[in-house]
Amino acid sequence: MSRRQLLRHSAWFGAAVVLAVASGEVISHVDGTATTAAVLDDPHALRFAQVSDSHIGFTGSANTDVTGSFSRAITQINSLGFRPDFVMHTGDLTHLSTQAQFDQVKQMMGGLRAGGVFTVPGEHDSVGDHGQKYRALFGAGSKGDGWYSFDIKGVHVIALVNTLALEKLGHLGTDQLDFIQHDVAGLSGDTPIVVFSHIPLFAMYPTWGWGTDDAAQALSYLRRFSSVTCLNGHVHQLFSKTEGNVTFHSATTTAYPLPHPGQAPAPTPQTLPAGQLGAALGIREVTYQPGQPGLAVKDRSLAWPPA
Amino acid sequence: MRLPRLLFAVATSATLLFAGHDTAANADQPAVTAAPTTAMADMADMASKIAAPGPADAPVATNAVTIQNFAYSPATVTVKAGTTVTWTNKDQDPHTVTSMNGGPLQSPTLNTGDSFRYTFKTPGRFEYLCTIHPFMTATVVVTP
Repeated sequence: MSRRQLLRHSAWFGAAVVLAVASGEVISHVDGTATTAAVLDDPHALRFAQVSDSHIGFTGSANTDVTGSFSRAITQINSLGFRPDFVMHTGDLTHLSTQAQFDQVKQMMGGLRAGGVFTVPGEHDSVGDHGQKYRALFGAGSKGDGWYSFDIKGVHVIALVNTLALEKLGHLGTDQLDFIQHDVAGLSGDTPIVVFSHIPLFAMYPTWGWGTDDAAQALSYLRRFSSVTCLNGHVHQLFSKTEGNVTFHSATTTAYPLPHPGQAPAPTPQTLPAGQLGAALGIREVTYQPGQPGLAVKDRSLAWPPA
Repeated sequence: MRLPRLLFAVATSATLLFAGHDTAANADQPAVTAAPTTAMADMADMASKIAAPGPADAPVATNAVTIQNFAYSPATVTVKAGTTVTWTNKDQDPHTVTSMNGGPLQSPTLNTGDSFRYTFKTPGRFEYLCTIHPFMTATVVVTP
């Protein structure tokens, strides 16, 4: 780690309170003990970014420029100080699944500088066509309705689709559950597992559909692994919880905030006072260093609108 | 807002949900019309009505359902077989009227001011949701 990097990282932590809104600072640092300094020096460390719920095409007072804020998120990912091994968008790329919205978000994500760019679909990406347009643009190499897995730097990554057979709650379905069971069958129990989905795999707030009705079955296949990290979007706010060997992290959005569970009649877009939107939006940086017990998750707020 | 009474009741059959989503049957003449957008009526008043406990969930004998503030109102309507029910989206956001359990309601995306009509010919209990905002759920009860 260079002196300049050290100074930069010192600045992140030291300035977090002072620059709370404007600078895209670390707003949570949980789960795991790996330090950024050690990870940056380790060529075997996995580093990736998560972005979610860009809702390209949304027009409303909650965010009158979702294209601008998503563009800002891409800029921040490209400015992390390292090239992520991959970037994952956890769904609701578009607001209404139009071809123009898909083309636009695809073009924007082409500006991400990373080893790979991946997606999982949200329910806003399958409006009226059961996800056909989504899969045509983003489904290459996936199975079934768009799920897939891959291995990278010793970590096994599973990307799920729980937004198609909706019954208020998210749903995986028999075919996808079978895929998960077979997908992890040959892995040793000390392989770190990262699972991406749009809707949470834990019951964050079922009254608003913030859960997945058959997630328990999926997680039962992962019970024997020492480290399982589930990363989701959909709820447009940060939330973390641990259940046994599994840690869940809901990501925030780059578009507009939703109310906290039960704090409004319905989970509808929230219009914040002027100047407060950026603090509710953000990107996520995740690192895994071999030998560490788990993954380190850092969420950074969006410097939005630009000063 | 309405509690999810049927949250887990249909999990076992859920793999077949929306199997016919792209080929919505129109035997019963569903139709969408774009109505002139009316001025946003007293939003605060509507919000208070929807948030009010009790009566909002009681079955109501009407054939008109309003979609407003991300909710179907009334949440449960009871009609006689042969009745045409009309849904009208008064939100700024688009919504759908889509059956659970692969049922007959398969509206296209309803933009602001759009209406969707469906004639219920057979008695039964018809649960539906908005596929864009699946927390929005409601019921039509059709009596003989």
